[in-house]
Amino acid sequence: MLTRRQPELTYADVTPKELYTNRRKLLRDIGIVGAAAAIAGEGILSIASPNLTAYATSKLNFTKGRFSTDEKVTPINDVTHYNNFYEFGTDKGDPAKNSQNFKTAPWTVSVEGEVKTPRKFSMDEILKLAPLEERIYRHRCVERWSIVVPWIGYSLSSLLKTFEPTPKAKYVAFESYYDLGQMPQSRYTGLEYPYVEGLRMDEAMHPLTLLCVGMYGETLPNQDGAPVRIVVPWKYGYKSIKSIVKIKFQEKEPPTTWNLQASNEYGFYSNVNPNVDHPRWSQATEHRLGELFSRKTVIFNGYADQVASLYNGMDLKKYH
Amino acid sequence: MRKLLTSKWTKVAVFLVSSIPFVLLCTGLLRNDLGINPVETLQHTTGDWTLRFLIFTLAITPLRKTLNLPELIRFRRMLGLFAFFYVVLHFLTYLGPDQSFNFSGMWDDVAKRKFITVGFAAFVLLIPLAATSTTGMIRRLGGKRWQALHRLIYVCAILGVIHYYWLVKSDVRKPLMYAFFVGILLLWRVWNAYFRRKGKAPATVRSEVSTPTNLPAEKTFSEL
Repeated sequence: MLTRRQPELTYADVTPKELYTNRRKLLRDIGIVGAAAAIAGEGILSIASPNLTAYATSKLNFTKGRFSTDEKVTPINDVTHYNNFYEFGTDKGDPAKNSQNFKTAPWTVSVEGEVKTPRKFSMDEILKLAPLEERIYRHRCVERWSIVVPWIGYSLSSLLKTFEPTPKAKYVAFESYYDLGQMPQSRYTGLEYPYVEGLRMDEAMHPLTLLCVGMYGETLPNQDGAPVRIVVPWKYGYKSIKSIVKIKFQEKEPPTTWNLQASNEYGFYSNVNPNVDHPRWSQATEHRLGELFSRKTVIFNGYADQVASLYNGMDLKKYH
Repeated sequence: MRKLLTSKWTKVAVFLVSSIPFVLLCTGLLRNDLGINPVETLQHTTGDWTLRFLIFTLAITPLRKTLNLPELIRFRRMLGLFAFFYVVLHFLTYLGPDQSFNFSGMWDDVAKRKFITVGFAAFVLLIPLAATSTTGMIRRLGGKRWQALHRLIYVCAILGVIHYYWLVKSDVRKPLMYAFFVGILLLWRVWNAYFRRKGKAPATVRSEVSTPTNLPAEKTFSEL
């Protein structure tokens, strides 16, 4: 599936590298930190520092997929240098900085639990399981920032359908790779690892739910969840678990990392919903990266037509 | 040291240094160089500097007394006003980009969100302190009353730290660091007041009279 085909225009063409590699030097290099640094324990401005490091990605062969939005795609530099991946640190610039040596090959994803024949997939098998599609999805973080990303992958259902689940299989649990040695910054992040997430079976089987192996025409950069992740566009970003190594069919609702950290703040469902506030901040509006003023957040992140029926009769405030 | 502290140029230097974060934010804004989320950078940077300047302001009295450098008082008002300056900017970054200058939306938010409630309260409580920071106001209020009013800064600093602590999701190291500094500086005051009441002040200013400034109210509020 990895090919050398050159698309006419790649996303890297949008922002020439030399334009963004030499920026932001001034602010960080000015050394008058003095007492401030003693108090702050860091630089004079806490800027998400995009020390543009090259990331090893390769081109993917894909077709334009369904469900894509025509909203303006967020520049790749923003998506790769402003995100959360707490295993690599809590600052939005940390994942790009600290994940560059993360080892993503060889990689296996184990599918187990309530299935007739559990099996392990190599990355190569995952890439060949179904044709790759580009899906341009809105992505809304619980922290109120949002982006638009051209992901590449296929519906998770394509993989799940190759299994024969037992009648007990009601949920699908996911687990991220975790290795303290490769992720020393994870020690102080206040979360328990490995990072775990989960979906109800109908959510996991929904065609919008993406098994994602790439973005912007190439394989996933380490900081965005290489080599394979889940993308669930109608839920807050933390449901879209990165760098997965395990998929488990199970009977009980699986524990999820942020819910374990603060159950009143992060529910199992975590559907984007402007009417259900996070206890500490409003979810009514969001900050689309690249825009000055906030915009209104849309229920199910604008995917209500496709997914609202999954939650018919459910109290979305209670099951937030 | 004393000469350095009493020089008018030192005051100018402190002013210029205190302005650096603001200048950097302005140049960053003009060069479109404030990171990938400039609004967040503005909010976090101005919030950080508010807390830092509150801490600098609170540090003056303990430093004067423990280091026996009464002249440090010359910088306290300026540092406090810088804290106010950065909190105003911090508030504007919230009112503008976040609330689109919509006051009714802002009030809803202030009433509903604990972390915004305490942050907003801290901001409001700093307003009378900034307004009464002039020599004329000190004289009009009288040293004792002025001093009592300005003890509000303790509340502001505590609320500011809580505001930050409640904001972060799980990594509380930075808010705890601010809490540590504010805690030390406030505990020093408790400790100092306790010993003074017992009649054996552990740290005294060498000579109040030599406090070299032209503020008439200096002597009374030097006890703060």
